[in-house]
Amino acid sequence: MPEPLLRIRNMDVTVRDKKGSEHKIVEDISFEVQPGEVIALIGESGSGKTTISLACMGYSRPGCYLTRGSVHLGDESVLEKSLSDLQKLRGQGITYVAQSAAASFNGAMKIGDQVTEIPVITGSMSKHQAQAKATELYKALELPNPEEIGSRYPHQVSGGQLQRLMAAMAMISDPKLLILDEPTTALDVTTQIEVLHSFKKLIHDNKMAAIYVTHDLSLVAQIADHILVLKDGKMVEYGATKQIISDPQHDYTKALMAAAHVMPEEIHAPLTITSRQPLLRVENVTAGYGPRRDVIALRDIDLTIEAGETVGVIGESGSGKTTLGRVISGLMRPSSGAVYLDGNQLKPTVAERPREELRQIQFAFQMADVALNPRQRLGKILSRPMRFYRGLSHREANREVARLLERVDLPTEFINRFPPELSGGQRQRVNLARALAAEPKLIICDEITSALDTIVAEQILDLLESLQDELGISYMFITHDIATVSKISERIAVMRHGRIVQQGPVNEVLTPPCHEYTQLLLNSVPEMRTDWLEGAVVERRELIRALDGISK
Amino acid sequence: MTPEATGWRASLRDAISDLTPGAAICVLFLIFVAVVGLFASWIAPYDEGTILTNESFLPASSEMWLGSDYLGRDVLSRLIFGVRVTLFLAVIITMLSFTAGVGFGFAAAAFGGNVDMIVSRFNDAMLSFPALMLALIVINALGSSFAVLIITIAFIDMTRVFRVARALAVNIMVLDYVEAAVVRGEGKSWIIWHEVLPNTLTPLAAEFGIRFTYAILFVSALSFLGLGVQPPQSDLGVMVRENMQSILYGEYTAIYPALGIAAIAISMNVFVDWMLQRSSAKLPDEI
Repeated sequence: MPEPLLRIRNMDVTVRDKKGSEHKIVEDISFEVQPGEVIALIGESGSGKTTISLACMGYSRPGCYLTRGSVHLGDESVLEKSLSDLQKLRGQGITYVAQSAAASFNGAMKIGDQVTEIPVITGSMSKHQAQAKATELYKALELPNPEEIGSRYPHQVSGGQLQRLMAAMAMISDPKLLILDEPTTALDVTTQIEVLHSFKKLIHDNKMAAIYVTHDLSLVAQIADHILVLKDGKMVEYGATKQIISDPQHDYTKALMAAAHVMPEEIHAPLTITSRQPLLRVENVTAGYGPRRDVIALRDIDLTIEAGETVGVIGESGSGKTTLGRVISGLMRPSSGAVYLDGNQLKPTVAERPREELRQIQFAFQMADVALNPRQRLGKILSRPMRFYRGLSHREANREVARLLERVDLPTEFINRFPPELSGGQRQRVNLARALAAEPKLIICDEITSALDTIVAEQILDLLESLQDELGISYMFITHDIATVSKISERIAVMRHGRIVQQGPVNEVLTPPCHEYTQLLLNSVPEMRTDWLEGAVVERRELIRALDGISK
Repeated sequence: MTPEATGWRASLRDAISDLTPGAAICVLFLIFVAVVGLFASWIAPYDEGTILTNESFLPASSEMWLGSDYLGRDVLSRLIFGVRVTLFLAVIITMLSFTAGVGFGFAAAAFGGNVDMIVSRFNDAMLSFPALMLALIVINALGSSFAVLIITIAFIDMTRVFRVARALAVNIMVLDYVEAAVVRGEGKSWIIWHEVLPNTLTPLAAEFGIRFTYAILFVSALSFLGLGVQPPQSDLGVMVRENMQSILYGEYTAIYPALGIAAIAISMNVFVDWMLQRSSAKLPDEI
């Protein structure tokens, strides 16, 4: 066994609040990383994974203290270093790639200058040497135009490219240890595997060690050699990747496995349609943004939703899927085409629609933390739609709110709580409950699970299904995640560049031969096996070539 | 997570336990000043207008704790009544400017488009006049009275409040919970009253403190220049002007009202600072 590169022993991190009381957020963590190896820290938000990765650099966030344990990089003790030594170590020995590259680059400086900044400032390389090294790295990370990309500004490259450029910045001084903190979470699904692939290659080629922080077990299977599963700051399971994904020991790991983003084995059969007309029909809708509405976001959209049906609308950012939801709900006026509810044409905007029509289509927003007014008690948030649409009295509404809270599995005493006092999953339940309070026929769910941890998201999906069985509501489920959408929908519509490229029952759309873009989305869902990535990347490039042909 | 929803009593108890020593002193002082102003007629040892002696600028004594002014009146009694006038004007002015500024600011943000453009450009035009200059012109033209003073300064202050209120509301209008209300079909007034206002109370309260201080300084400055409060009424600014001569004789008479103005302004500022710091420290932290 060679000497490990990084060795962490019995580490505790403690938060001390203003009143002096202490509470451990990370407890008794020990692990090792060998050179050339990747270890994944996996857990939901608040499990301490970022705290641990920061501790590896000898850093703790304000208010947190490393109260016990040791961190050794090679034979040096990181925690015993002076501040100036630590600063040197952080830029060169250990580097950090953050979740959002867009927030880490300075928009007013050229990319190349930012990538080469650290070695040039510390004097370890001349500007010329550093630039040559950077160009090498761009090539290794498979960025387009490696000679030239450094002279661009951050807004001139795509999100996936920026994330790789951030990795180039981290690699330029040949660090021994690279920390990747959710580096692909902010990317589109189809870009994600490309970035993952270039990270994997670079780490492998340069024989460095890496810590990969994520909440998504299926991603980790592709890149990590070892997995450390965390829950509430404690180690739940630690072992080789193959062992953990084939034979998880702990219940929590099993739950993570069950909720991972993989394609479901069973899908819903299409509904047998008995009514003569669909609940909702979108006919030939075109819509655009901008003062003259000439930035087209939707082109000739036709879509129907039956009563009691779930229709998944899937696409990447910028595909127009949210815009479609906004047009249906009347938040945005289409430039042509119309929306029909139960056969009656709806007026184009909220202001023109009568309340009774507004009541029947409700919108559930993606981020429950900003979709709920932090200064309104749940009682008010939930009773308002009842009083507004259904004219209930104060007392009737309060009784209904209690019933509604029970229906979404929240305790009735939450009626007096404020949203910031709830967890993310609970807030999303309230968000759904508010839509339900109007007793609608259709709820437009805009990415309502994408900001949640996988296990919590799974629970919300279950809730959606049981509500549908009970109340017969229809959902339009907007998402970028084809795995989620195929779990709960009867039909799906795939959107790209403002058009629906394919729609139909789930089994038809997802069974090959499907549209190239659908295939690309399918191909981007990681499978729970360790040799999946290489094949997926090759297939992806062929699909993209084919798609480029279609676009032209 | 807070255990139970808390009422205003509990919030008040919370706030008091959070007071820093500096802020506590300032709050106590402000309460003291307010009580003195309210009960001036009972507290003041003499009538403010009665000439008690023929000698000007008498030093402090056991009969006249702060000595006599340029006409031989009791400085302490005049100071107490002056505080009453100054505070009364500042409170009315700030309340008026707030009601109008917040109302227009929120309306501009909620309606947006041309409404916002017209109201905001008009406000910008008003802001471009130097405040004191504008006040001097208006008061000179209309003659000074409490009503003219209040309306002029409230108007000038309103333009400042408008900017802050509009900026706060614009940021809130784009949040999803406002959009949720829009898609429900709620009217503008409901959105302003129930969605926007509750989320701007803390910064607006701080702004209220700052504008209140500003109103005190503004009224005092106008009075000092002779355009504010007119005799026989007097406020702190008038007292400074009347007793300026005392400095030439080596007496402190003019210093007392000047100190009063400074102490009230500084206390209010320290209190507002503490309030802002406390509310920003309470923001949820991502850990």
